[in-house]
Amino acid sequence: MQLKIGNIYIKDVQFASTTEVKEGVLHLNKDEFLAVAGDDERIASVDVYLAKPGEETRIIPVKDVIEPRVKVEGDGGIFPGFMCGVEQVGSGTTHVLKGAAIVTTGRIVGFQEGIVDMSGPGAEYTPFSKTYNIVLKVEPIDGILQHEHEEIVRLAGFRAGIYVGKAGHNVTPDDYRTFETKPLVQQINEYPDLPKVVYVYMLQTQGLLHDTYVYGVDAKKIIPTFLYPTEVFDGAVVSGNCVSACDKNPTYVHMNHPVIEELYAKHGKEFNFLGCVVTNENVTLMDKERSSNMTAKLVEFLGADAVIISEEGFGNPDADLVMNCNKITKKGIKTVLITDEYAGQDGASQSLADSTPAGDAVVTGGNANEIIKLPVMKNVIGYPEVAEVIAGGFQGSLSSDGSITVELQAITGATSEVGYGYLSARTY
Amino acid sequence: MGIKIVHYINQFYGGIGGEDKADYAPEKISGVKGPGMGLQAAFGDKATISSTIICGDSYFNENIEAATEVILEMIKEENPDVFIAGPAFNAGRYGVACGAVCKAVSENLNIPVVTGMYIENPGADMYKKNAYMVETTNSAAGMKDAITKVAALALKLGTGEAIGTPEAEGYMARGVRRNIICEDRGAKRAVDMLIKKIKGEEIVTEYPMPTFDRVDPAEPVKDVRKAKIAIVSSGGPVPKGNPDHIESSSASKFGKYSIVGIDDLTPENGETAHGGYDPVYANQDLDRVIPVDILREMEKSGEIGSLHDFYYSTVGNGTSVNNSKKFAAEIAKDLLASNVDAVILTST
Repeated sequence: MQLKIGNIYIKDVQFASTTEVKEGVLHLNKDEFLAVAGDDERIASVDVYLAKPGEETRIIPVKDVIEPRVKVEGDGGIFPGFMCGVEQVGSGTTHVLKGAAIVTTGRIVGFQEGIVDMSGPGAEYTPFSKTYNIVLKVEPIDGILQHEHEEIVRLAGFRAGIYVGKAGHNVTPDDYRTFETKPLVQQINEYPDLPKVVYVYMLQTQGLLHDTYVYGVDAKKIIPTFLYPTEVFDGAVVSGNCVSACDKNPTYVHMNHPVIEELYAKHGKEFNFLGCVVTNENVTLMDKERSSNMTAKLVEFLGADAVIISEEGFGNPDADLVMNCNKITKKGIKTVLITDEYAGQDGASQSLADSTPAGDAVVTGGNANEIIKLPVMKNVIGYPEVAEVIAGGFQGSLSSDGSITVELQAITGATSEVGYGYLSARTY
Repeated sequence: MGIKIVHYINQFYGGIGGEDKADYAPEKISGVKGPGMGLQAAFGDKATISSTIICGDSYFNENIEAATEVILEMIKEENPDVFIAGPAFNAGRYGVACGAVCKAVSENLNIPVVTGMYIENPGADMYKKNAYMVETTNSAAGMKDAITKVAALALKLGTGEAIGTPEAEGYMARGVRRNIICEDRGAKRAVDMLIKKIKGEEIVTEYPMPTFDRVDPAEPVKDVRKAKIAIVSSGGPVPKGNPDHIESSSASKFGKYSIVGIDDLTPENGETAHGGYDPVYANQDLDRVIPVDILREMEKSGEIGSLHDFYYSTVGNGTSVNNSKKFAAEIAKDLLASNVDAVILTST
C-alpha cells in the first residue's frame, strides 16, 4: 500500500470571503466554516478564533487538535467511519495543509482537557504553539451528558478539519513524501536480510471519556489487529478521549504519527518495517489478558524480530504496557517501550504503576507532575477558571492576575508517549 | 561576603581528638576549622563559612535526637544560605551523622545541604536522598577532589544555579526524576534505541524500571458479624461540593468524612472529585464507588458488626506513590485508633 503525502505549507491564516489557500496563506470564510462545524442539532453555539505562533494567546480547555487533510486520489476519504464510508484508506494521494490545525475548545467536558499557550514558557511544551490554529469553540445545548458532549465536540472538530482540508484539494503541494508498505510476504522478501520490526500501537480505551476509534469503531471493542502504517495518515485512528492532556494523543498526532514516521525513516536501511499492531487498554483483567495475548501472537505471527510498544495514558494502562512487554519478550522478540512518568511534583516517587525487569529499554516523555508557571496572556480563548479543576491543576492554580501554576500534565502534548516531543527525564 | 555557609565536622577534623574524644558534645565556633579551610579557599570571595559546628561521632550517634536539636538551633541562629557536612569518607558514624544532620536541616530549615562520603559508608545509603552527597574516595587522601566538588555544588545551590546530572557534578543519584529537553524527539530516540538493541549494542534506558514492594494480604477476618468495617477509597468520593478541594488528579491530600445518619448516598449528599473517569454515574449514585447503602443494610441485618462512622477518600488519578504512602500511613493510624477490624478498599 502506497500513500503520497503532498504538503502545502501554511505560513498564515486569516478570515476572508472565500475559503482557499493562496501563496501559502489559508483564507477562511468564517460563516461557511461555522455553518459546517456547527451542523448538529445538539449544538447551541459555535464560534471561531485564530491563534498564531508567538502571540500572547492561551487556549483553555483544549479538547482535540485536528490537521486539515483531503484525499485527492485513491479510495476513501479522511476519517473513515466518521466523515466518509469505511473504504480502505492509506493509498493514493492525500494533501495536507501543513502548519495549520483545528483546535477545539468550549465548556469543559470532564476534567482532563488541556492548555495551549502560543508564546512564553508553556509554548515550549506543546507542539500546537507552532501551528496556525483555527480555534473552534463549541457549546452544546442544555441537558447533554458528558459523553455526549465529548462526541458532539469531537465530530464538530472533524467536520471543521474536513472543511478546511478541502481548500487544499486543487493546490499544488510544495513537496511530496511517499510511504509504502507491501503485503507481508512481499514486504519480507523486499529486504530479506534486514531484521523485521513491528510497531505495537496501544490506544487509550479505558472508557467513560477515555476512548479512541479505529475506522469509526470504539477500540475498546476491537481484538488487536493489523494496520498498514499509511492508513493512520488518512485518519484511520482518531482521539475521542479526555485523558490528561499531556499524554493523550490528539487526532493530529495520530495523523502525523511520529513513531511511524521515524520507523519509515530507517525502513529498508536498518530494518524492515512490516506494519502496526493496534491494541487497546481496557480496564478489566480479562480484557487486558486477551488483548496482550492477541498482540503477542500477532507480533510473532508477523515474524517480528523487534518491536516498539507505545502506551497512551498512565496508571491503569501501565499494566497493559507491562503485559505486552512481558509476553512479547517471552517469544524472544526484542522490545523498546515508550511511556511518560508520574514521579510526583518533587520527582521522588516511582514513575509507573507497574514494572517489569523485561522493560530494560524505555524512552520517557518526562515527568508529568513537574510544576510550571504560565504567565498572564493578553488573550484567553475559552475558560481560564477550569485551570483549577483540569487534571494537573489544583485549588489556587489560577492567580488573581491571570497567571496559572499547574503540573505539565495540564499542557496538551507535553509528555507525548508516542515521542512527538523532545522532553525526557533523568535521575538526579 | 557572598553566600553564607555553616560547616559541620567531627571531633577528629575539628582538632579535638581521636576516638577518645568521640563523646564531645556539639560546639559552635566562628570561622573555619580543618577541611573548612580548603573549602573556604575553593570559594574565594564567592562564599564565606561563617561558623563551624564540631560534634563527637559517638556523642551524635548515641544522642541522635538531642544532638540534632542542638545542632539545628546552632545553624538556625546563623541563618546560612547553604549547609555543608563533612566530607566523611569511609568513617561510618561520621557519615551517618553528616547524613542525619543534612536531612534535619533540609527538612526543618529548608536550607540546601551538601555532604560527601565514600559510597560504601553506611550513611550513603541511608541519606543520599536527603542531600547532595558527593561520592568520595574511602580515605582523606581524596580530600582535594572532594572539596572541589562539594564547593562547586554549594556555590550552585547558594546562587540558585541549576544542578547538573549526578555524573557531571559528582554526587550520588538521589532518585529524583527531573525533566530535560533532548536533541531528538522521543520517537527518534526510541527507533535509535531499537536499532542498538537489535544489534546487541549497549543501550542506556531513559527510565530504569523500579522494583516494587509487594504487600502480603492480611489474615482473614475471624468473624465478620462482629467486625467493625471501614471504607477507604481512591475513587474520589466526597461530600457534595468537595469541601477539602481534593484535586482531580495528583492529589495532595485525603479527606475523612462522616457518614453518621447516612443510609444512602444521593446526588444531594455526595459526588466524586476524581478526574480519571466519566463522573456521571458516580454523581448519580455515589454508592457505586463506596457501597454505603449495602453496608448499612448488612449492619442492620447483622451480617457485619458495624460500619465505621467515617470514610476516607482521596483521588488515585496521577497521584504519586509517595503521597499515597503518606495518606495510607495516616489513615491506617486513624483506623487502628478507632478499633476498625477490616477495611473495604475501592478504586474507580
